[in-house]
Amino acid sequence: MLDTNLTHINTTDEFQEVTSQNENVMVCCGRMGPMCLPVYDVMENLEGKCSDVKFLDMDFDSSVAMDTIRRLPEVRGFNGLPFTVYFKKGKVARATSSIQSKKDVTSILDSEFGLSCGSGQADAR
Amino acid sequence: MQTDYDAIVLGAGPAGLTAGIYLSRARAKTLIVDTGTVGGQMILSWAVANYPGVPETQGRRIAKTMRDQAESFGCTILSNSDVLNLDLAGPVKKVTVEDEGTVTARAVIIATGGVPRTLGIPSETQFKGRGISYCATCDGDFFTDQDIAVIGGGNSALEEAVSLTKYASSVTIVHEFDHFQAQPWAVEEAKKNPKIRYLMEQDIQGFEGGEHLEQLVVSHKRTGEVTKVPVTGCFIFIGYQPNTTELKGVVDLNERGEIITDGDLRTNVPGVFAAGDARVKRYRQITTAVADGTIAALSAVDYLTSTAD
Ligand SMILES: Cc1cc2nc3c(=O)[nH]c(=O)nc-3n(C[C@H](O)[C@H](O)[C@H](O)COP(=O)(O)OP(=O)(O)OC[C@H]3O[C@@H](n4cnc5c(N)ncnc54)[C@H](O)[C@@H]3O)c2cc1C
Repeated sequence: MLDTNLTHINTTDEFQEVTSQNENVMVCCGRMGPMCLPVYDVMENLEGKCSDVKFLDMDFDSSVAMDTIRRLPEVRGFNGLPFTVYFKKGKVARATSSIQSKKDVTSILDSEFGLSCGSGQADAR
Repeated sequence: MQTDYDAIVLGAGPAGLTAGIYLSRARAKTLIVDTGTVGGQMILSWAVANYPGVPETQGRRIAKTMRDQAESFGCTILSNSDVLNLDLAGPVKKVTVEDEGTVTARAVIIATGGVPRTLGIPSETQFKGRGISYCATCDGDFFTDQDIAVIGGGNSALEEAVSLTKYASSVTIVHEFDHFQAQPWAVEEAKKNPKIRYLMEQDIQGFEGGEHLEQLVVSHKRTGEVTKVPVTGCFIFIGYQPNTTELKGVVDLNERGEIITDGDLRTNVPGVFAAGDARVKRYRQITTAVADGTIAALSAVDYLTSTAD
């Protein structure tokens, strides 16, 4: 179980439900390691500011990860934790491997989801 | 959010968090701003075994306790907030923070620490997470039974090369000099390991591959001979650099970019103090950062008291 303040995805049903019922979803699949913690922290930081996106995490070693994120063709060739996947209307819009900065994350949210999470304006909408 | 503080601390590593604890306990209204994750380099450490009074634990756990302590005394902490502008020259210091605007204080403690050095070549970014890694404990198991390389020649490089032999079939250490900077015991440990090979006096030319890393290209420093090393993974451990780029012209730095302080951790600017790995010092540890945070905070409290109207 990941020790973060994000909502965890624990089952395949939860994964299907969250990706099918929300337009913009960001899932960080990792462990409690040095490359993963900064990404969870960025997501926790954005959660209150970027309400159009559902921010979730998933334990890399769980069976739900084996059955979902780790099976995606988009993560083939990845070998750095965490695997972070962005879903738009249930489809993979982007996937990244290894540590990402807040700037990296917000630029993907803005470009793939058409939002302005990186502009400091997200709260005002 | 409140904008007027007694003290602002830049950086929430062990130095900054300790400064926050001491300042807040002294009833100074304190804001800590961190451009990244609370904990600083501490969160890069899976096992901290040398922090007195605490049995071996993960660095992130020490960071969490320090954060809770600082907040329990009333300290405000902002993480992942870019510092857009610093105006530290006058008696009222102004710090402009992303999303928050300009905050002011009469004292500032700079505790911005350091970051792992990168090679800074374009193909390094291209293969980050697709073969290139900066954390052996995190990503080592992706390279089970594969040939990999480690770049660097200090303690971290040699120790991590040895730890990676648990997974990899071979580890080639690539270093720029003809000798290692690591301590003799670390060199000896590596030399004893039959899975470790060496390529000395090499310049890194680049990384090549398709979907993931396939080879590392190096050239000999003296002869120029180019070698292509077939590897699927490459771990980079080439030291740390101080986070002081934005401080050029703000406070005095030495030639390595480290902040110059006196014994009370005052910089050349009145009311501005520095603590931890970002300042000139020989030993960079959590304990020394914590000691610095204490001294800088007490010096700042003294400054606030002596300059109060
Ligand atoms: C892999 C690894 C393992 C280690 N293991 C140990 C160990 O076992 N024991 C030990 O004692 N030491 C260990 N160390 C060393 C120790 O972690 C550092 O010496 C210590 O963290 C330095 O503390 P600091 O507060 O000065 O800086 P840092 O920990 O580097 O924290 C600085 C903080 O400032 C932030 N920052 C940067 N720029 C700005 C800015 N412009 N404005 C605001 N914030 C900014 C950063 O995001 C960071 O959070 C280890 C280091 C590493 C990398």
